[in-house]
Amino acid sequence: MFEVESSTRVERSSVVPGTEELIINMGPQHPSTHGVLRVILRLDGETVKDCDCDIGFLHRGTEKIGENITYTMFIPYTDRLDYIAAPSSNLAWVTAVEKLFGWEIPMRAHYIRTLVAEFSRISSHLLWLATHALDIGAMTVFLWCFREREMVLDLFEHAFGARLTVNAFRLGGLFQDVPQKFLDLSQEFADLFPGRIGDYETLLTDNRIWLQRTRGVGVISADDAIDLSLTGPILRGSGVRWDIRRAQPYAAYPYLDFVVPVGENGDVYDRYLVRIEEMRQSTRIIQQCLAQLPKGPVSCKVPRTIKPPAGEVYHSIENPKGEFGFYIVSDGSETPYRVRIRPPSFVNLGGLKKLALGGLVADVVAIIGSIDIVLGECDR
Amino acid sequence: MADLAVMLVKVVAAFGALLLLAAYMTWAERRVFALVQVRYGPNRVGPAGLLQPIADGIKLMFKESVIPAQADKLIFVLAPLVSLVPAMAAFAVIPFGSSVTLFGRQVDLIVADVNVGVLYIFALSGIGVYGIVLGAWASNSKYPLLGGLRSAAQLISYELSLGMSLLGVVLIAGSLSLKDIVAAQAHYPFILLQPLGFLLFLVCMLAETNRSPFDLPEAESELTGGFHTEYSSMHFAMYFLAEYCSMITLSAVAATFFLGGWRGPLLPPVVWFLVKVVAFMFFFMWVRATTPRLRYDQLMGFGWKVLLPLAILNVVATAGVMAFLG
Repeated sequence: MFEVESSTRVERSSVVPGTEELIINMGPQHPSTHGVLRVILRLDGETVKDCDCDIGFLHRGTEKIGENITYTMFIPYTDRLDYIAAPSSNLAWVTAVEKLFGWEIPMRAHYIRTLVAEFSRISSHLLWLATHALDIGAMTVFLWCFREREMVLDLFEHAFGARLTVNAFRLGGLFQDVPQKFLDLSQEFADLFPGRIGDYETLLTDNRIWLQRTRGVGVISADDAIDLSLTGPILRGSGVRWDIRRAQPYAAYPYLDFVVPVGENGDVYDRYLVRIEEMRQSTRIIQQCLAQLPKGPVSCKVPRTIKPPAGEVYHSIENPKGEFGFYIVSDGSETPYRVRIRPPSFVNLGGLKKLALGGLVADVVAIIGSIDIVLGECDR
Repeated sequence: MADLAVMLVKVVAAFGALLLLAAYMTWAERRVFALVQVRYGPNRVGPAGLLQPIADGIKLMFKESVIPAQADKLIFVLAPLVSLVPAMAAFAVIPFGSSVTLFGRQVDLIVADVNVGVLYIFALSGIGVYGIVLGAWASNSKYPLLGGLRSAAQLISYELSLGMSLLGVVLIAGSLSLKDIVAAQAHYPFILLQPLGFLLFLVCMLAETNRSPFDLPEAESELTGGFHTEYSSMHFAMYFLAEYCSMITLSAVAATFFLGGWRGPLLPPVVWFLVKVVAFMFFFMWVRATTPRLRYDQLMGFGWKVLLPLAILNVVATAGVMAFLG
């Protein structure tokens, strides 16, 4: 937190009235801070002179909780980390634990996990696009995106019985196979969705006002993005082709064909384009998963009490927001010795100051939107 | 005495209609929005939600008006009125129909035929800005302050272009009275002679009424409501009404200056006037449903560097042609 300077009054001749900098408290109750983020801005007029994030309003001690409960019991807690894309968080946890065991997961489980993870990417990106566009003032996109997001949530309900905190996966695979209706509806959605992305794009991509508001705003170079360890679309928007689905493949990604889109300028607009293209690629992945879905069991043989060997493991996946990882230390007992979460939003939010300095208040809103944070995993 | 009675009836009827139209425009806006956004909109209170504005009005009246402790109470309470009254009063000089004969008397369907009607409208819309600035300032709170500053800067810069865009029509019609301007469009509407002026006016109209994409003073997502953040109950409703009244007034001005006012074939004049006004109102809603919001500096740049030069060019070109034709 920066010090409030007591002598901000500028010394000028007595004819010119003095100016003072304004310290404004954006959030935790603010429509555009996407949850309970508090940003303290020091403004000169509307220009941002300094910017500081105050996080932790949603801190629940998830890491500590992880030390006190078994590996299976922790899965529902991961739903509450990135609650916009709960299956992604589930996937990060179960794959990390499975890596600790060295289990062999059946291919059908891999494919269904990939399918659901991509659906969660679409649902997360839709929520991002909806709120990001709303922040910049385009209200219609918000409701259009929610129309499709509703379909994705309905799909989750078909497969797992819940819509938001789905608790989708189990250690060793899935709890049970998904119903045929889920697969049919998924196919229907995958056929319909690219047209809908086109609809959003007609409202935004070539819209002059949208271009003015996003081009050249919140620019970050590839080197700076790497230095700040930013991951996900914000890193790819700066032109770095780094996607864990490609770099360290997990689940069924090694068998699937998809493109990792990157931007050039690293501004808000490029991040927008990257995410739009990611939704298209996710649809492609879904199509391939449905076409290639192998038959067979959906879970490997899992012992009744899950006691992994003593040791430690770090495993991360490509969450819609960036690298989402778990570092687990096991002492051989039923509960982990230590659980450490590597949340993408927390790390990406660290870049806010660099992005926002020198911009206007309206840019801060656009930049927060383009970072795409979710406070559940930021505050843990 | 009879003149006074006619005057009173006209005033009450015109402003009653204006308020009613403003209230129903809120309903229409929500329905149009819903249409664009694939949802229903208000459809519970009365048939097709038609009683919704009345329900909203009653609700707002019974809400407590919270006045912040640090606010300048007198100005805080008066500021919404400063916005609302000019927005309504500006409607007085707009002819909403040709003259009718009632009880053997010739009655012009205009509240007041002022010979400087155009100036009167600009003067009043200029005063309306004070309502927003004063309200924002009197709230003594940071977000409204920013909203008020934006509003002051924005409205000053757009008022110029707004005035300039109408000057072409004034030059052609040779009068500042709105009645004469309608009379001058007996053969064809001025939109044919002043297409650039019309487009400029459309843009300025959006900015002047703080509507999307120029709705920076309230900018929900940045300033959490801007100048009216601290307002509640009827004080808020007055700002709301003021916005809709000035939208209707400016729609009426646009219809009068460019589309021949109440003129039109077949239908009665008042109906034609209403049709044109509602068409402009639909334009307001349509734009709001489809555009993002401009940024403060871009808005100012657009106003001073694009709109104003074009408006001046339009005036100079019109004047040149007029002089050439004698």
